[in-house]
Amino acid sequence: MEPYIIAGTEDTPAITLDSVNNIYSFSGRSLPEDVNTFYKPTMEWLAKFGENPKDMQMEIKLEYFNTASSKILLDILMLLDEVSSEKGVAIKIIWMYDSNDEDMLEAGEEFSELVSLPFESKSY
Amino acid sequence: MAIPLKDIVSFHQSMQSEDLVLVYEGEFNQEVTKSVLAMTERNFDSEGLDSGVKKKAYNIMVEVLQNICKHQFVDSEIQKNAIFLVGENEEDVFITSGNLIKNHAIAALTEKINLINSKDKEGLKELFKQLRLNSTISDVGGAGLGFVDMARKSENKIEFQFDEINADVSYFILLCRITKTTN
Repeated sequence: MEPYIIAGTEDTPAITLDSVNNIYSFSGRSLPEDVNTFYKPTMEWLAKFGENPKDMQMEIKLEYFNTASSKILLDILMLLDEVSSEKGVAIKIIWMYDSNDEDMLEAGEEFSELVSLPFESKSY
Repeated sequence: MAIPLKDIVSFHQSMQSEDLVLVYEGEFNQEVTKSVLAMTERNFDSEGLDSGVKKKAYNIMVEVLQNICKHQFVDSEIQKNAIFLVGENEEDVFITSGNLIKNHAIAALTEKINLINSKDKEGLKELFKQLRLNSTISDVGGAGLGFVDMARKSENKIEFQFDEINADVSYFILLCRITKTTN
């Protein structure tokens, strides 16, 4: 499957979805003007990945995301949760947060309460 | 020059006396949002503002600015633009906005903010959780979570008022305050 890799900008995150090299990550800031348009290729890639999935360790290292992105992130996690339970693959989330940013740690905990995927919080 | 120099000086003085860091009036879009955020961040950095307060302020600024981008409307009859202000004094950082709103939208918005203001920290967390689970991204790209997030980050009640302009339109004024920790 073709990797989906984009560089980050001032208002959109860097994304790597690469099942060849097993690298899956979101990092930077997410406050795009239109979240649906920005995350469409991501959702499509993940849906396709879900048809023939493998074990995944997803690193989420966001410095900031707006509320609309927060909704999309929940959609992504729920999709991965479904893939994991239906196809029997191990999907783990590594939630990276700035050690000074308690709100980001808490945001990760709030996501983890809504899905059954294992979450590991790591500060940087 | 369109504005007499003395007016600029007095405007600058009133900005200082009102503790204003930034005032923007005009068109709001994503490019303006990014510029305003970048300018304010630089300002906060140069003042050595606590990083926790800075992050909370950034968070609220994004939601306030994107709310205006998504929900503003421009009435050519009414010469009143949307406005965005950031201020800082010894106790607080405050973020204020003003924009036109249709009168028929006031009741629902008032109800929404009053509900948010009635909640404590745990109540807001639960409200955010429920709303996020049940929300869908709207046509304008919002998730309906902005005000709850502002209240959570500010840890103060959202202050707001509507100034009626005519039978159809009012000016919606919003203020979020972040209390600087005193330690």
